[in-house]
Amino acid sequence: MIIGAGALGTGSAEMLVRAGIGKITLADRDYVEWSNLQRQQLYTEEEAEQRTPKAVAAKRRLSAINAEVDIRSHVMDVSVEEMERLIEGVDLILDASDNFDIRMVINDISQKYSIPWIYSACVGSYGISYTILPGETPCLNCLLEEVPMGGITCDTVGIISPAVQMVLSFQISEALKILVEDRLHLRNKLVSFDLWKNHQSTIKVDMLKKADCLSCGAERSYPYLSFSNQTKTAVLCGRDTVQIRPSQRLDRDLESLDKILSKRKGEVKRNPYLLSFSTSNHRLVVFKDGRVLIHGTKSIAEAKTLYHRYLG
Amino acid sequence: MILTVNGDQVEIPEAIETITELLQHFKLYDKVIIVEKNGEILEKAKHSESLISDKDSIELVHFVGGG
Ligand SMILES: [Zn+2]
Repeated sequence: MIIGAGALGTGSAEMLVRAGIGKITLADRDYVEWSNLQRQQLYTEEEAEQRTPKAVAAKRRLSAINAEVDIRSHVMDVSVEEMERLIEGVDLILDASDNFDIRMVINDISQKYSIPWIYSACVGSYGISYTILPGETPCLNCLLEEVPMGGITCDTVGIISPAVQMVLSFQISEALKILVEDRLHLRNKLVSFDLWKNHQSTIKVDMLKKADCLSCGAERSYPYLSFSNQTKTAVLCGRDTVQIRPSQRLDRDLESLDKILSKRKGEVKRNPYLLSFSTSNHRLVVFKDGRVLIHGTKSIAEAKTLYHRYLG
Repeated sequence: MILTVNGDQVEIPEAIETITELLQHFKLYDKVIIVEKNGEILEKAKHSESLISDKDSIELVHFVGGG
């Protein structure tokens, strides 16, 4: 299962599908934008033009690459509830997300169901990856004494695609070893690199495994699976965008919303998966599952105001 | 003093004595970071008391979120 279909998600999905993996589950909350095309290898200009959800565009391309692979693709913002639903039968979770909120959920789910996962991330020319095996290695909660806040991911420095490909090489090599059950050859080290500065480090972090870790220790409580730790609003990575997620999933009727918003000042565009409403300063993108992205602000308060002004 | 940091030889002002000061020097203090000194991981609580000296080999790995 791959969480996220951005740069890392599209790259890892393509490698695994070409390799002929049996079944792959892919989930992503976003749609294709022009700025994605520099590195998100499954998408095209046409999909950016049409704002096709990444999960839809990715599945289309992956099926065209290898029709024999069973590809389950979901337009959804994965959190605890979704993860619990998708996890059945999964052998390995690949992190291709862009935030630590979801990574901490992946980490707890991995421990709860004893399924390995591979943390991977990159920014600029820098990348990092670590393979987490429940019952053996430290978990992400052991490694992070505090959860990195948004700022660390929201670099305006961008990312060069070789950094993506390098992280992918580390991540998918480990994935293949796990999938063919060759655990002897796993790296067992935290790896990081900076392609611009010509650095690479691999360090052994076994000693950071904490006996009293709340995610993997003897008295574990899976803190990130509890309701209070779930984010309902999130400022998205470097995009001047806030996501608002209703506390309950709903099936929004985009057609009637189209009619309502068309009467207001602004421009409405719609495809079968989402509706986009632009005002002079902001753009609201409403997904069928009820989520809303509010572009043009970093303020959660302002985003909520706009949300309630237009969507009730 | 000369340190090896992530494989590179770097000259560090003598005034820098601890890991915490070294991280400040590299402007890494606000990052979540794992520090290894001469092959041994230093927990965060020990950064302020862990002294560095000439020819130490330091690996710094910081966590990022993008993907
Ligand atoms: Zn742990």
